[in-house]
Amino acid sequence: MVETTNTPLTSKISVRNLNFYYGKYHALKGINMEIPEGKVTAFIGPSGCGKSTLLRTFNRMYGLYPEQRAEGEIILDGENLLTTKTDVALIRAKVGMVFQKPTPFPMSIYDNIAFGVKLFENLSASEMDDRVEWALRKAALWTEVKDKLQQSGSGLSGGQQQRLCIARGVAIKPEVLLLDEPCSALDPISTAKVEELIAELKNEYTVVIVTHNMQQAARCSDYTAYMYLGDLVEFGETEQLFFKPQRKETEDYITGRFG
Amino acid sequence: MPDKHLSTQFDSDLDKISSRVMELGGLVESQIYQAIYAMSHHSTESANQVLEIEVRVNGLEIEIDRELASVIARRQPAANDLRLILAMSKTTANLERVGDEASKIARMVKSIIDSGTARALPSNDLRVAADMAAGLLRKALDAFARLDTSAALDILKEDDQLDQEFDGFVRKLITYMMEDPRTISSSLDLLFIAKAIERIGDHAKNIAEFIVYVVKGTDIRHSSLNDIETALR
Repeated sequence: MVETTNTPLTSKISVRNLNFYYGKYHALKGINMEIPEGKVTAFIGPSGCGKSTLLRTFNRMYGLYPEQRAEGEIILDGENLLTTKTDVALIRAKVGMVFQKPTPFPMSIYDNIAFGVKLFENLSASEMDDRVEWALRKAALWTEVKDKLQQSGSGLSGGQQQRLCIARGVAIKPEVLLLDEPCSALDPISTAKVEELIAELKNEYTVVIVTHNMQQAARCSDYTAYMYLGDLVEFGETEQLFFKPQRKETEDYITGRFG
Repeated sequence: MPDKHLSTQFDSDLDKISSRVMELGGLVESQIYQAIYAMSHHSTESANQVLEIEVRVNGLEIEIDRELASVIARRQPAANDLRLILAMSKTTANLERVGDEASKIARMVKSIIDSGTARALPSNDLRVAADMAAGLLRKALDAFARLDTSAALDILKEDDQLDQEFDGFVRKLITYMMEDPRTISSSLDLLFIAKAIERIGDHAKNIAEFIVYVVKGTDIRHSSLNDIETALR
């Protein structure tokens, strides 16, 4: 973090006055924030505070459900994601997502990764081989699966499946990677590998991670946002937020005095 | 900490360590008072008591550090908890050093008594500084228990006065030595006592600085009083 203290940050995603509703329920209340480019931003907060909801607006995941709607602006590269005419599939190619539970496709390890790539790019067989290897290496999974690429993805352990999903997300070369509780179903060793990966990824991607594990946010993010009941309470450098938060509400939450 | 954690065990762990630190503070204070008494009454018995307490102080320091390490390992404290734990660890180290200074005074007192020159020396002139240092430490411990930053600021100011008192005493001691060179050896012992008293004030000041660190999150060590007053506003 030291090297970035004085460099002005470019923001990859600008959230402006974002309101979100599940039917009549007002889940996000006038959120304003700038997600810095090439950094890891963590969202923390108790269950139901809106952190996953906020994450899901970044690639219009909510659009799958008719009763959910968002108002305001989410600007990605100058384009308002909420109103743009751009095909939602293209948005999601730019803004990848990994979910809480590993969700490998019911196909081979190789095809799990090649599937998404084929939708957006026309690669020769050898180029595709290279891409699959590249993505698996990025996800620190290559050495473990290189001899069984044709085996089913669901035969892998939970931690490996999650890294496969990350490899799948990385393979289409998105600009932003959204991680929704990526480690909650993983053991400590797999968690450490995923965290290592996150640190690796931020050199090329903007990473946003939702986590219930405060120590995880402290370990792997550059910026942390604390949310409560649909409000963004505090957003700042992770080091500062975990050492001396500006708001008492944040301090109470991260020190376990909440409730 | 006024607010309770969700984990009552965490609260009781912290409370327990906190009272241990205060217990250590109490022991060290009694060392200082015994040392001062030994100095002004030329009492070998009191000097020996200071050295006896030293053993308990050392044991308590180790115990507190072990308990702090256990809380860190088990709770991964953050924010004000983290700052409090760091401050308790450093305060403990400073208190133990105060105990060392008191023991140093006790040993010097014994050496002066053995030399037989005790009555010829201005040891009573050190009473003011010694009481000041003991008072500073007491205030620092009180302020730490209440996390009172304005009391902490007063301590920083008073320590400056103690330093001036020390400088004055050194000048006085020099005139004694020039008048009667036979007192030089004992005067040097007295100088070490004065220095030890001055150091006790410095440790009290350090503890006061940790209070600001816990409450405000700012590290005011090696800052000027003006900067500190601005930081506390």
